[in-house]
Amino acid sequence: MTSLKEIVEKLNLETVSSAELTDRPVAGGYAADLLSCVMKGAKKDYLWVTLQAHVNVVAVASLLNLAGVIITEGNRPDQESIARADEEKITLLVTPKTTYTVVGELTLLGVRGES
Amino acid sequence: MTQVPKFTKVQELIYELPIERVMRKDVVKVTPDTSMTELKEILRVNRISGVPVVDGEMLSGVISIEDLIKALVQGDVQAPVKKRMTTRLITVLESESVVEAVKKFAQYKVGRLLVVNDQGQLRGILTGGDITRGLLETISLDYHADEISRYRAKHIFEDIVSDQTSLILRYQVKAKDFKKAGNASSKLKRALDRLGAVPELIRRVAISAYEAEMNLIIHADGGGELTAELQPEVIRVTAVDHGPGIPNVDQAMSPGFSTAPNWIRELGFGAGMGLMNIKRCADSMKLQSTVGVGTQLEIVVHLRQDSGEQQNPNGRKEPEAL
Repeated sequence: MTSLKEIVEKLNLETVSSAELTDRPVAGGYAADLLSCVMKGAKKDYLWVTLQAHVNVVAVASLLNLAGVIITEGNRPDQESIARADEEKITLLVTPKTTYTVVGELTLLGVRGES
Repeated sequence: MTQVPKFTKVQELIYELPIERVMRKDVVKVTPDTSMTELKEILRVNRISGVPVVDGEMLSGVISIEDLIKALVQGDVQAPVKKRMTTRLITVLESESVVEAVKKFAQYKVGRLLVVNDQGQLRGILTGGDITRGLLETISLDYHADEISRYRAKHIFEDIVSDQTSLILRYQVKAKDFKKAGNASSKLKRALDRLGAVPELIRRVAISAYEAEMNLIIHADGGGELTAELQPEVIRVTAVDHGPGIPNVDQAMSPGFSTAPNWIRELGFGAGMGLMNIKRCADSMKLQSTVGVGTQLEIVVHLRQDSGEQQNPNGRKEPEAL
């Protein structure tokens, strides 16, 4: 299984939270911007790709025990969200790329969604 | 890339732990007038390679096996240790953190450090081995304390006996407070974790509670209350508000139906999936609403999939879920 660390390096993502980048395996991926859809579709240890950057993203990621969140299109979480992410030990990653591009790259790395 | 350095537990501890907690206090010492011959016996009997020289309470030097060998070579074994001791002392303060000792070990390449108080009196002695042992002991104490509190939380339903024990957790949820959205369900999730509930059940309760909490934030005029009642067999989450009420409950239950305004949808809420998600996660749910009065949502999750009918062979209730 691809590790979070490997994904961050290969996709050249910026880490904005201070949770340690680990060899935590990423079980799969999910992309959506509607939080209830994420609640339904994302599973434990999944990586979530979204352009939402507000504090509730952290709440959702924490409730679902996600491996991390990739925030796309240059959106950046505010200090409050980052503080909350640190508190909940959630890895927040940012990239200027679009969700579509990121999902494509993740797929090439072997990170799959629910079939 | 902004990489904030992270500290391991051991790294944290060497900054937090004072030297006095890891040093050895039963120090073998000699006085300035001890002879080198006597010193030889003291080192041999105690199997050590050096001792501090103490005059009264005050540390005045240190004498090692190396100094003894030199004295033997020069035939000066009758001399008192004060003549041959080293007075260039490498000391640390007992109140300093262990990291200061680690630095001095690295800087001076010595095998032991003398620990003094701020008056220069000898308080103890410290080797690399003492640091390792002290850190391991502290880590194991912390771990043990954590284990105990987990154990206590886990057994709350066995330790407290009543005809029907339940633990009620109440969370006040403010209207339109999106900054705090998810706080109540996060706290509930953590509580269930502490109580030792199985992860899959925690997940179902957490998702249901989150959606119910969001509904209070998005729709209830004056916010509302989210309550979780935990029983050995069942968890009941209730969300109660005082308006505006849902005109058509069936419609509200249909996937994709949402009355959330655009600005809320832009935040990613109001997908019209919330109640569906709850229904999917709950063993049962009940939604009652009266326009102008308020809405009550009750979500029930059974802690055991067999609904608590089976008991284990000795007839006691199986406490595996909570």
